[in-house]
Amino acid sequence: MFRNQYDTDVTTWSPAGRLFQVEYAMEAVKQGSAAIGLRSKTHVVLGCVNKANSELSSHQKKIFKVDDHIGVAIAGLTADGRVLSRYMRNECINYSFTYESPLPVGRLVVQLADKAQVCTQRSWKRPYGVGLLVAGLDESGAHLYYNCPSGNYFEYQAFAIGSRSQAAKTYLERRFESFRDTTRDDLVKDALMAIRETLQGETLKSSVCTVAVVGVGEPFHVLDQGTVQQMIDAFEIVAEQEGPAAEPDVDSGQEASAEPEPEQGAAAGEGVAPMDI
Amino acid sequence: MNFMASKQPENSLLSPESDSQRTLYPYVTGTSVVALKYKDGILMAADMGGSYGSTLRYKSVERMKPIGKHSLLGASGEISDFQEILRYLDELILYDNMWDDGNSLGPKEVHNYLTRVMYNRRNKFNPLWNSLVLGGLKNGQKYLGTVSMIGVNFEDNHVATGFGNHLARPILRQEWHENLSFEDGVRLLEKCMRVLLYRDRSAVNKLQIAKITEDGVTISQPYSLKTYWEFSAFENPAQGAIGSW
Repeated sequence: MFRNQYDTDVTTWSPAGRLFQVEYAMEAVKQGSAAIGLRSKTHVVLGCVNKANSELSSHQKKIFKVDDHIGVAIAGLTADGRVLSRYMRNECINYSFTYESPLPVGRLVVQLADKAQVCTQRSWKRPYGVGLLVAGLDESGAHLYYNCPSGNYFEYQAFAIGSRSQAAKTYLERRFESFRDTTRDDLVKDALMAIRETLQGETLKSSVCTVAVVGVGEPFHVLDQGTVQQMIDAFEIVAEQEGPAAEPDVDSGQEASAEPEPEQGAAAGEGVAPMDI
Repeated sequence: MNFMASKQPENSLLSPESDSQRTLYPYVTGTSVVALKYKDGILMAADMGGSYGSTLRYKSVERMKPIGKHSLLGASGEISDFQEILRYLDELILYDNMWDDGNSLGPKEVHNYLTRVMYNRRNKFNPLWNSLVLGGLKNGQKYLGTVSMIGVNFEDNHVATGFGNHLARPILRQEWHENLSFEDGVRLLEKCMRVLLYRDRSAVNKLQIAKITEDGVTISQPYSLKTYWEFSAFENPAQGAIGSW
């Protein structure tokens, strides 16, 4: 995108009917580190890549619990994301207090979208520079939504945002049909595989990613590093056994691993070659 | 209300606008509402009387109304406040429907909303002078609750307001059981309403029974209960009384 004479403020249309400031805000989302979300009939998993600026600092928090039944992963300006999470938490808690019932995700997402839209139509405001993947449960099942700085929102079976998210999206596109009826653990493994795609060859370990789950009978929570590392270890071996592609080290694939659990066998059996570039 | 005697400034925290806007006492009131859970949902009964003090002035007041798709509201107390509550709920249900998203407010949500409204009004010393009974079911889950004018709320298998608490609840405690049939439920409610008719001076012999099931709300046509006045105790009630008055 190049600078032009219609991009100074959000209340100026371009002759082609575009609001450049809003589009620039969406660019900010693309620059943030990746966040992915996927859902089955009963569970939703959110994952994100967490890279600290330096070894000395802690990494940015990108996944927020909004309520027991709703969580959000963000990409873009994390400060804007924090503010919006606070708004979402407020809305949920107010609804719960008045109605003693959890706020339906679909309604929260619309409120969030309307809030974002306001910023696209006021000359003294700027759009929020953050994309949100909202995962939640309500009466009609598990839902995953993507909220955009433009004020649009969409519901997804699986989605990825942020830098190098295209690699994850490609992986998800190949596999999404199986998500609906899959088990919770397989869903988490698929999330980890998708995160791995965005790392572009870098080793996937629990210190660079965060995973959170919400499901029927399972309130939203972030999985601890130990559990995540276990799951990574469990499927990395299987992935290496699948054969060539990314890993040049073929010898490790010959190690006899422990009897793979049936679900892993099924996942490997799908014949998904990790990321042919 | 003695503390009113002192002059309150109009914008004090104790009163909204000026004192004449606060509810001090009720004018046209309805008496007990009785309700119970039965096999297919909730049954609720209330008579159609609107008393003006000790005068049984209005005899066709509908004190039970359906709310949304899943709830039924019965009220005793000030009738105009009940009508105000119906307006609040109408707006609530309207906005709920306008979302058009497959989610809808169930009886639990409506009950809690009403609790918040009643309690907040009570805190401003301007109560809605009602005792409400909210029953319904959603997705097979039956719900029956009550809220009073001071915001006391709870759920139970059977509830009643006003005199119903003293006369009907003991009967229900003895005879209510899980999975009552519709006929047994109606019979039980009629037993309670009959006792209330005999003993509550504000009761009128014209009542409605409402039911709510998964299929929706039905409110019966008004009818009256058969009463028996030939009990020997009612003949010559002054016999054995001390003195001539």
